[in-house]
Amino acid sequence: MTLELSLNQQPAHARQGSSIGQPLTRRDGFLKVTGAARYAADNHPPGMLYAVLAVSSIARGRVAALDVEAAKAHKGVVEVMTPKNRPALAADPDAKDHPFMFRLDLLQNDQVRYPNQSIAVVIAETLEAATEGAALLSPRYEVMPARVGLDGAESIVPRAVGVGGPAVQHKGDVEAGLKSAKTRIEATYETPAQYHNAMEPHAIVVAWEGDTLSIDTPSQGLAMAQGRIAGLFGIAPENIHIRSPFLGGGFGSKGMISGPQVLGILAARLVGRPVKLVLRREQMYGPVGHRAPTRQTLRMGMDGEGRLTALDHHAKTASSTFDDFFEPAADASHTLYASPAIATSHDAVRLDTGTPLFMRAPGEATGSIALESAIDEAAYACGMDPLEFRLRNYAEVEPMTGKPFSSKALRECYRQAAETFGWASRPIQPRLMRDADGFLTGWGMGTATFPAIMFQAEARAVLRADGSGVMETGAQDMGQGAWTAFAQIAADGLGLDIDQVDFRAGSSDLPNAGIAGGSGHTATAGMAIHNAGAAVIARLADLATGDEGSPLYGAGNEGVLARGGRLYRRDDESRGESYAEILTRAGLTEIEGHGKGAPDPASQEAYAKHAHGAVFAEVKVDPDFGQIRVTRLVGAFAAGRVINPRLVRSQYYGGMIWGVSFALHEEAITDRRSGRIQNANLAEYHVPVNADVPSIEALLVHEDDPHVNALGIKGVGEIGITGTAGAVANAVWHATGVRPRRFPVRIEDLLG
Amino acid sequence: MTKTTIPVHLDINGRDHDLQLEPRVTLLDALRDRLGLTGTKKGCDHGQCGACTVHIDGERVLACLTLAAQVEGRTVTTIEGLAREGEMHPVQAAFLEQDAFQCGYCTPGQIMSAVACIREGHAGSDEEIREYMAGNLCRCGAYPHIVAAVRQAALEAAS
Repeated sequence: MTLELSLNQQPAHARQGSSIGQPLTRRDGFLKVTGAARYAADNHPPGMLYAVLAVSSIARGRVAALDVEAAKAHKGVVEVMTPKNRPALAADPDAKDHPFMFRLDLLQNDQVRYPNQSIAVVIAETLEAATEGAALLSPRYEVMPARVGLDGAESIVPRAVGVGGPAVQHKGDVEAGLKSAKTRIEATYETPAQYHNAMEPHAIVVAWEGDTLSIDTPSQGLAMAQGRIAGLFGIAPENIHIRSPFLGGGFGSKGMISGPQVLGILAARLVGRPVKLVLRREQMYGPVGHRAPTRQTLRMGMDGEGRLTALDHHAKTASSTFDDFFEPAADASHTLYASPAIATSHDAVRLDTGTPLFMRAPGEATGSIALESAIDEAAYACGMDPLEFRLRNYAEVEPMTGKPFSSKALRECYRQAAETFGWASRPIQPRLMRDADGFLTGWGMGTATFPAIMFQAEARAVLRADGSGVMETGAQDMGQGAWTAFAQIAADGLGLDIDQVDFRAGSSDLPNAGIAGGSGHTATAGMAIHNAGAAVIARLADLATGDEGSPLYGAGNEGVLARGGRLYRRDDESRGESYAEILTRAGLTEIEGHGKGAPDPASQEAYAKHAHGAVFAEVKVDPDFGQIRVTRLVGAFAAGRVINPRLVRSQYYGGMIWGVSFALHEEAITDRRSGRIQNANLAEYHVPVNADVPSIEALLVHEDDPHVNALGIKGVGEIGITGTAGAVANAVWHATGVRPRRFPVRIEDLLG
Repeated sequence: MTKTTIPVHLDINGRDHDLQLEPRVTLLDALRDRLGLTGTKKGCDHGQCGACTVHIDGERVLACLTLAAQVEGRTVTTIEGLAREGEMHPVQAAFLEQDAFQCGYCTPGQIMSAVACIREGHAGSDEEIREYMAGNLCRCGAYPHIVAAVRQAALEAAS
């Protein structure tokens, strides 16, 4: 605390670094390409048993009988955990203290409220025995009719959508705006349920030692997971050590500790031995979240110049029968296009599914594909090029709030991406372009945007007498590159070469780095690292400038620079000395500093903070069979300071591929009669394979943002989906003249 | 439902292993749970994702669809057997340089497939690489960089 204060009082101490902005290869890359990176399920403590879930094959009802004896009779089975013998918990798993606490299914009773809900856990000496034991349970059910689909239950207006946002918002008079319009469009779009499907299934390896817990499990939010487990088991958070050095993908599904992970902890308690529990792929379609389906209706009015007079965006979505997460899809219309009147609203049904959750760009992705499709329809209705139409309706301030943007290089994104793509030669009419093989060719575009969010994080920095440094924060790397980007920020923060910095992350015994989500981790934990570095450098500068033996003596008022492991006088860089000399002379082996990362309330109030981008897509459609191929994608994104362009480009590519997937591939199909998901596997739930992905370009558009945070970081993890999904849909229309109104686009929709 | 074990002799990465296994044990689970070779990953256990790709007698095979007992007398190579004396295999180096992965979970399988893809002569063009690498899912969406890495390693192998 005091260190931070002294830092703020001494802005004269500057650090000059060269790591930020460099396209370094991943510092965890060698471990990952050699198979040495240790993911949760790769751990195997001595004496470990294997736990396998038995899950419900019905959507609603109760478990009437389980053949526990048959399972226990199988050789190698040690124990079967059911509601009858599940160890007691200190808290009700159905209690909900705050919106971020989701209700869990922890065998609290025999009720079934969604398919693939855990109904028992079999613990055995081998994985094979546990798996066979789970099959031998042969559950019998009392089945109740499942509530399925967006028309499957009575509609409600949620109290909040997304993370506490209002379900209904408006400015201006939408009906009057529509009435006064010269041109109007109205269109309804449907998006399906989607499942995160990280390549790494949720897994936990857990050992109890008395009342302390040692856990390996993938987590996007270590401190939140620790707190949730502590509450459920009635033990102190500091008695729970969670390691999560690598996540095999998260995408939101590992943001909260899930029911199955807690069941692993319960299983270990029951048998008194370490336990490993790994979800089977099909078991990930229920208890670990999904993106809820939506049906969105947009109405737009335009004047004679193609300016919006009104924008109305309504989204219907679904949550589970027992908990709340409502996809805030209509909120996508708050930030992109200027209109004197905007209304957004949501309603929802409660279905017999697992509770939906944040999935990469929650609300933004679903809302974007509908909004960008509708904008495309509106442009065509006005006889305008879609880019020209978007520029005509360019928002100079945030449309819903009227706040200025902290920065917005969207025009430059449009310009660079359009030029690289060759957009200028596009005919406005659809179905006019064919390639040499006779395939219908279409070009579409979409605008990308995602809010620049910050959470709360802390970091601890150490400088040692040998001249090296340590930076600690419990950051989580789910593939976005935290190990590398944060080490770069740490190196510059400490004024050291990156190889002189021991960067530690991925463990709950380090300072709380907040959550890796909302595209806010780099900004939040990055600022904590930056500030911790500043704090320890300020302390070092105090030592030197107050020491008569130092060439920096008396430089306090002028300030010093930290660079390359040395402090220099700001007014005379010929005078300086190394960190090691300063600490050694002071007789210290090390000094430390602490830093925090958090949004600045004043700038939160004053500015709208968003990243932006533009995506252009080319598709080719077989005129006879309707098969669609994306052949080209060009995106340009402006998201503030880029810490590592190599990794950022990978994030944009990944997001854009998710956009292609949203438009053309992904969909969980629910059987209307049973309520079960029919394609709960990676063969039938389609995600793009390498051959589905075309030539992609992602242009990094320079953007300085003085308001988001001192480092100027926005976020890059989710924006790529937005814009891309709509661009692909619009290209399909341009190729075929058929407007996709439900996603993923189906061949039969194109064949009429 | 067998309750007995059988002796299985495995040749993995040039080392011999003698195990007593139930016949139902897959090669993937034998590698991961019995031998501590956890570089090979389980993503689906159904032969749908490619994360468990290994080489058997030099050909790429899904370890989750292969029983350990089936590879008796054959040569198995896993991701741990690719580097030589601490030096990365050229495909591993290309993956690192091209940033051909993010979370890294599918990466061992991608690399084993890539090594085989090049050896098979199926890395002649980006289009061919995409097609012959299509059995390995990457949810992070590293595909463009995977193609770049395979292309780079194939060119190095040819020169």
